[in-house]
Amino acid sequence: MNPYKPFNVKIRDILTETEDKSLKTFTFEFASPEDEAAFDFTCGQFGMLSIPGVGEIPIGIASSPTEKPVVKFTVFKTGRVTTHLHNMKPGDFMGIRGPMGNGFPMGRMEKKNLLIIGGGFAFTTLRSLVEMILQPQNRDRFGTVDVIYGARTPGMLLYRDELEAWEKRSDINVHITVDGTDDPDWAYHTGFVPMVTESCAPKADGNTMAIVCGPPVMIKFTRPVLRDLGYGDEEILMSLENRMKCGIGMCGRCNIGQELVCGDGPVFTLAQLNRTPGEF
Amino acid sequence: MTTATKERAENALQEKIQEKIRGIAATLLENGTVDAVIGYSRGSLSHMTRAIMAKTREDAQKLVFNSHCRMNLAAYLTPELMEKACAGKDRAGKVAVVAKGCDSRNMVIQIQENRYARDQVHIIGVPCTGMLDKAALARGVEQEQANCATCIRRNPVIHDDLAGDPVPETDPDKDRFADVAKIEAMAPPEKAAFFDDLVSGCTRCYACRNACPLCYCPTCFVDEARPQWVGKTVDPTDVMTYHLVRAFHDAGRCTDCGACEAACPMDIPMRHFTRKTIRDTVTAFGCEAGTDPDKRPALDRFELKDPEGFIR
Amino acid sequence: MNMIRVTKQAVATALAKASKSYAIAGPVKAGAGHEFRCLGQGQVPDLEYTHTRLSPKSLLFPQAEPMFHFKLPETTGEPGDTPPAFLEAESFKEAPLAVVGLRPWDARALDLLKLNFDSPDYTDPFFIKRYNAMVRVGLADIHPDPENFSLAAGSGPFDEASVDILLADAGDAFIGKVITGKGRDFAGAAGFEPGSPDDAKAFAALKAAAEKEADILPACDRINDADTLDLYHADFWEAAAFSCINCGACTFACPTCWCFDIQDEVNQGKGVRLRLWDSCMTDLYSAHASGHNPREKGFQRFRNRFMHKLKYFPDKYGAGIMCVGCGRCITQCPGGIDIREVMAAMNAAAATVQQEVSP
Repeated sequence: MNPYKPFNVKIRDILTETEDKSLKTFTFEFASPEDEAAFDFTCGQFGMLSIPGVGEIPIGIASSPTEKPVVKFTVFKTGRVTTHLHNMKPGDFMGIRGPMGNGFPMGRMEKKNLLIIGGGFAFTTLRSLVEMILQPQNRDRFGTVDVIYGARTPGMLLYRDELEAWEKRSDINVHITVDGTDDPDWAYHTGFVPMVTESCAPKADGNTMAIVCGPPVMIKFTRPVLRDLGYGDEEILMSLENRMKCGIGMCGRCNIGQELVCGDGPVFTLAQLNRTPGEF
Repeated sequence: MTTATKERAENALQEKIQEKIRGIAATLLENGTVDAVIGYSRGSLSHMTRAIMAKTREDAQKLVFNSHCRMNLAAYLTPELMEKACAGKDRAGKVAVVAKGCDSRNMVIQIQENRYARDQVHIIGVPCTGMLDKAALARGVEQEQANCATCIRRNPVIHDDLAGDPVPETDPDKDRFADVAKIEAMAPPEKAAFFDDLVSGCTRCYACRNACPLCYCPTCFVDEARPQWVGKTVDPTDVMTYHLVRAFHDAGRCTDCGACEAACPMDIPMRHFTRKTIRDTVTAFGCEAGTDPDKRPALDRFELKDPEGFIR
Repeated sequence: MNMIRVTKQAVATALAKASKSYAIAGPVKAGAGHEFRCLGQGQVPDLEYTHTRLSPKSLLFPQAEPMFHFKLPETTGEPGDTPPAFLEAESFKEAPLAVVGLRPWDARALDLLKLNFDSPDYTDPFFIKRYNAMVRVGLADIHPDPENFSLAAGSGPFDEASVDILLADAGDAFIGKVITGKGRDFAGAAGFEPGSPDDAKAFAALKAAAEKEADILPACDRINDADTLDLYHADFWEAAAFSCINCGACTFACPTCWCFDIQDEVNQGKGVRLRLWDSCMTDLYSAHASGHNPREKGFQRFRNRFMHKLKYFPDKYGAGIMCVGCGRCITQCPGGIDIREVMAAMNAAAATVQQEVSP
């Protein structure tokens, strides 16, 4: 098996998520059932979206494994490959390599009360996690689930349909916030994620895990809040990004000290990260 | 003068220059005139030197000057360095730099191009009689570095201190472009083969570009991806494209300091490209890059009274 | 006894015999020095060479390797039914490749590279197929270059650990040993003659002399036990990195450097996906598309390179340092950087911390 060779996929659907059109969710179907079966992933893993003639980009998988046979990726338009991808259409063919990365440690997370914090478009793999947890066959494996999700403005929130559905449920607490809005009917929080975490997040009780995905500045200010709430560094999980090419631990560039974000990560505990040189 | 006598004289001269540099550097640092002195120090190999940043009198004693000072220290005068030199102070940094004749010409151009301001550098000028070729030394042969053999400016163009007595400049009538004429005289197929062979060992390591004080584009054209200008392999066309475009980016600015050839790990004599652009700049525009602080590089200025017909 | 010999005059014939079942590669004159190349019919390697500028890693891991060819879908805007085809690129001949004249440390380097390209989770087919097909006919170095510190780095001018045969220049003949079954097969195909007990004595003498000449590394015993972050935060890095111009000469010359880039090149609807050498010393290496660069400054990339080779890699693989002491980076660095000095500085920094910590 050649790990550099992508599976052929077709774009089934493209959903523009945000009002500024910078984020789109792509739904892919595999060209063959064998490929689809081989792409056997867990929450928190990523795939390498591969466009021949253009390049490859590592993107977190936004769909839950339970949503197979399709897979979804939410892509922010920022560079050469993402711009090309944003201009593609349903029916176009391209490639996906993967799944890659370690994913969230589901075993460690079982029976725990989960605090899931996401900022901006880093929320993508958290969508996969929440959707998976909320499946009837899975829900009982976990304790309480609190989600704090912040975006700059209401128009920048991802996954509105999902958020709406989650809100209606009694087995998950959803706290949505925006940095600011001039919408007089805004019914949710206004304020940065660290602030909302301070006011809404449950205290740690020895049986908790926090999963945090967001831009560096959000993480910087959320860490002390979590510490004050009693979350230890071993109980805080983070999903990192770094420049990648191979995604399979060979090209070298995604390293933080000894750890390769593509293989040893992208999910790390804060305790693990504190032991690295922090070059991410 | 016999070769041996000449060598001894040159070594004695260089030792005096070295002592002077150390003295000047120590004084500048202790008086707080500069935040740092960029100069050469001994390397671990007998035929190599390194660039160092001296910040104390003790550091200054490590500064050397000899026939292995091939690097052009102007290449180290980056915005990052200027920032770092004055870290913690509330004014722009000022550094002293050891500059041979050719190096000082690059500094003239860097100042003209606003890389830094004139008053941000204190130039310790060195009248230079040439460097020894690195590849020849590795074979046990002492030979003048190729660019030094056709040097037109041994004494610094600008300086704040001079670390030695001025040396006589070379004979201006000397046929300094014989190397260019030789290639120009080749028939096209021979010429094409010559250049193909010249770059055939290139690995795209970019030591030449990084050693050059005038290659400082924030994003080098070889690193552009949107669109991608040139491939990254050792495909002969891509390799040639890289060298040709770099030579043209340096055209009218290159001072033939030889840092590129000295840096190349594959000993590729890529100055053949820039020697041609220098010759053409001299004949077409009467311009020697960096020799006049009041005259910008030939290809970056335009005046209505420019005589060239092709622009009318 | 496994000793073999081949007179210098008989080398060409021996290789011609072997070339019936092996492709042959070896050091040949190239430009101002020598390089490893695949040899054509009748072409003989120059076994009098001292060193190559680039390492033989390019036989397993070339500067540019086409991984796949593809055709772009029609650009009319209609989604096609046929997905773009990713085809495997033809990479090498099926015949085993005998690399003749390989220095022992360059051979060890190939084993270190393999640790990267053959992990528990993934196998790089391009590298591994070539690695498995390679026969290593080593050539000991009877006069190591002064910058060669291979003995101290875990290999040596007569190191047998990573070669299938080890030959040494004994004047009018090459004498040596068969070390593995692969080596025995090659020796048979080449028709190498059996060596004598005198050859064994001569070989041992050459080895002793070469190892005496070999450079001793400065002390680096404390780096292994040192805390990674203590080394990382040591205060010598910026000064040590000052002369470095962040080119890629060291990484390209280094036999154990493996970092690569992946690029697509397209021409009129057809293209190729390439794997290319890349260098951790460049600005672009770890730069994010957002503009954020975790190793923005040159000295941070310099530190990362040496920490990787001398600390991260040993900690991760337990196979010694990611350096075989070939000395290429020392002789080729335009800035005069010397890895031995960096090692000594890291060791001194580790010693300082250990002193502070112990009672």
